[in-house]
Amino acid sequence: MRDQPVKFFQVGSFAAGNRLLEPEQRTVQAGAGRANTLTSGHRACQGCGEALGARSVLDAAMRATGDRVIAANATGCLEVFSTPYPESSWQLPWIHSLFGNAPAVATGIAAALKAKGRTDVRVVGQAGDGGTVDIGFGCLSGMFERDDDVLFVCYDNEAYMNTGVQRSGATPPGARTATTQVVGARAGNRFGQGKDLPRIAMAHGIPYVATATIADLRDLEAKVARAMAIRGARYLHVLVTCPLGWGTATRESIRIARLAVESGLFPVFEAEFGDVTAATPIRRRVPVEQYLRPQRRFRHLFEPVERRDVLDRLQAIADRNVARYDLEGAR
Amino acid sequence: MLQVRFHGRGGQGVVTSAELLATAAFLDGRHAQAFPSFGSERMGAPVVAFCRVADRPIRSHEPILEPDVVVIQDPTLLHQVDVFGGLGPEGIVLLNTERTPEQLGLRDLLQRLSGGRVVAVPASALAREHLGRPLPGAPLLGALATVTGIVSPGSLAAAIGDRFPGRVGAGNRAAAEAAARGVTEAVHA
Amino acid sequence: MPRQLEGSRAVAETVAGCRPEVIAAYPISPQTHIVETLSALVAEGRPAQCEFINVESEFAAMSVAIGASAAGARTYTATASQGLLFMAEALFNASGLGLPIVMTVANRAIGAPINIWNDHSDAMSQRDSGWIQLFADSNQEAVDLHVQAFRLAEQLSVPVMVCMDGFVLTHAHERLEVPSTAEIEAYLPPYAPRQVLDPDDPVTIGAMVGPEAFMEVRYLMHAKQQLALDAIPDLAADFAAGFGREAGGLLRGYRLEDADTVIVALGSVIGTIEDLVDVLRDRGERVGALSIRCFRPFPLSEVRTALGGARRVVVVEKAFAPGVGGIVGQNVRLALDGLGVETRDVVAGLGGRPVTSASLEPVLTAALAGRLPPLTFLDLRADIVERELARLRAGTRSGPHAENILRDTGLVAGGVV
Repeated sequence: MRDQPVKFFQVGSFAAGNRLLEPEQRTVQAGAGRANTLTSGHRACQGCGEALGARSVLDAAMRATGDRVIAANATGCLEVFSTPYPESSWQLPWIHSLFGNAPAVATGIAAALKAKGRTDVRVVGQAGDGGTVDIGFGCLSGMFERDDDVLFVCYDNEAYMNTGVQRSGATPPGARTATTQVVGARAGNRFGQGKDLPRIAMAHGIPYVATATIADLRDLEAKVARAMAIRGARYLHVLVTCPLGWGTATRESIRIARLAVESGLFPVFEAEFGDVTAATPIRRRVPVEQYLRPQRRFRHLFEPVERRDVLDRLQAIADRNVARYDLEGAR
Repeated sequence: MLQVRFHGRGGQGVVTSAELLATAAFLDGRHAQAFPSFGSERMGAPVVAFCRVADRPIRSHEPILEPDVVVIQDPTLLHQVDVFGGLGPEGIVLLNTERTPEQLGLRDLLQRLSGGRVVAVPASALAREHLGRPLPGAPLLGALATVTGIVSPGSLAAAIGDRFPGRVGAGNRAAAEAAARGVTEAVHA
Repeated sequence: MPRQLEGSRAVAETVAGCRPEVIAAYPISPQTHIVETLSALVAEGRPAQCEFINVESEFAAMSVAIGASAAGARTYTATASQGLLFMAEALFNASGLGLPIVMTVANRAIGAPINIWNDHSDAMSQRDSGWIQLFADSNQEAVDLHVQAFRLAEQLSVPVMVCMDGFVLTHAHERLEVPSTAEIEAYLPPYAPRQVLDPDDPVTIGAMVGPEAFMEVRYLMHAKQQLALDAIPDLAADFAAGFGREAGGLLRGYRLEDADTVIVALGSVIGTIEDLVDVLRDRGERVGALSIRCFRPFPLSEVRTALGGARRVVVVEKAFAPGVGGIVGQNVRLALDGLGVETRDVVAGLGGRPVTSASLEPVLTAALAGRLPPLTFLDLRADIVERELARLRAGTRSGPHAENILRDTGLVAGGVV
């Protein structure tokens, strides 16, 4: 066990409850014995939601497996900031191969472990939204289809952040990115059909799909623990704030993610074998404006003129999510 | 070295015929090479396969442009594909048909083959009789063995039996033997 | 004990005998029979403790191989042509990470235009990928090279591709010795990886290396390939001792001793060339042949020694570099630098056009008479090409070459083959 001083970085009314819980109910992060899989010294930006998310996910996975996890990581922010040669922040066996193949590399590792009879060791594949919904999509679908024993985690900050904030298939409509600029009447990213990876994962019928955010780390850890108790293909989609790419204050990362949930734009739910099994109700619903306004990537929807047309359409998306997952159901 | 070229259509077992011939030669203790010529594979398209038999290792893998023997499994190819290309005057042709070469319009070919021969083998009919399906490969091979002596009948039978189990193997062998008998009888007639 | 079987099948049985633990398979003509046979063998437990993964693309195949190899499994895959290109990024990744993956490449042309037949453009397109490239000149050699390839790859921690001519070898049914598992076991030690993903000893693999160290890492890849130049003959000698037949090595000469003119080639075409050498020798010409079995690393000093005594070298190759000319020829000239040997490139057999004794003989006769130009395309239909070039010169909207040629000739290519 690695003892270390526990830093109480989670302050505010929502997180204080951790200290009031029984030890076995506390988060992995709250424990001195956490694996610290992504240890300090990495080069992530201040307030990086992905670093927070990755550390939480992997520490939970390590706890669930007795520290027996191998990780395959796609190219992206997480990979770049965690392994500035000759240093590495990773305290588990970790491989970075290419941008588009993390799911396939994970499949290969799982196959090798199976061939060797090492069923005690588990595999986590991880990538950003680009490496999951765009360039890694084919390999991800193949991994799902074969039901390979891999937990794949997407840290979704809704653009290609590592290369300078370019639009990905996960970029929400209306967002400004370096390749969906606000010029003339264009209000940033177009309204396409979107690429709802959690639903696509569900359509593959895999044993477990869940969404989570860095705003509720207990929930995130619980979902990882749940996933690690299952064998077969599992998918976890985590919304992670990017202060740089989203244009938010670095101390606001968790609050912004929470607003995404409370607006209905990011539904939090679980599914098994293609059917939704649980959805987290929204405690205090907020209009989408409240989520969008603090982000410079959406500033053009408010200034110099309010783009009511875009805001209404975004509100409609949120409303649809709330209805679809019954997010304002019985508390 | 003896070079045999097989012509037929996809689905008629042309490639299998070449391989069976090669296997029979192998069982006779000789060196043999069989390989197909590929188009996009689909049923009914013209297919060509090759077989070389020699007593020394065969190092060339080029297609057979000057065959000693041509086996035609499907007579509908006769005036569509240049099945006799490269065949010399000593060449031997085995033709799956119940008609005569003259009836099939092969008078020119007969004239060209001053030292060779064209042997008509009712292979599809024999196959239907012994095997229940008009797959002409085995009977043509049976006739080929008798006409050319390129492989022993025993090795051919063994090759067929190895490739096709049970009733199918037995049926093919019977058809091959019947074809061989038919050729011998035709020669003696 | 010799058996009569298809080249693909023999290779598959041999690979199975090498006991891979993970096989990634994506089908592409003309490699399909290899992966099909392996899937059946694995299902039968031959080998046991092997995972056969049907992947969704060649990019996935090589990526799965990377993950498996990094986790300590002996790993194999096979591909050709477009598939090799589709995994190109992963090829460089595998060699850069030093993973001893073995892959069969059933050499096939690269499109456009799409073409499923044999030439070497696929392997040649990846000659700088950092993979060791071995070329089999017969099915027996293809079989034997796979055994050597696993040992070579694991000894040096470099991936190895075994190239065999698609259709020409893969689909040829011949008399072959397939090594037994016991024979292979005596030759091939168990895989002991230099780096492995293992929770008991965590490592980080694949960090971003910056300008301060990248040159050194890449230089080491070059150095490792140079080590292969020594390892390959040693492994071949060991193989001969254990299996009783010669296979592998860097080069193989045929009637080189007093040869004035040497024909150089890779792969199965050397069989036809050796037949032709015999014919020309009977005519009194001092001709020999050289089969290059290891193309990467390129055995510069060995080629120089083998060809240095000749007056003239004719390189017959099944690929070329558009805008430059011969590829193998280029490499051969590098080896012969300064010796004053006349070299001629003959690009032959592109897209599966047969290379026959009949078509090569006039070219060699011309070479012997000193009448061969520096670069020749064997059996090129100059009339067709000229018409198309005239069309190009005449207008700006010339259209695709392959379809235009049909408009002129009005027919699909006929003929027996």
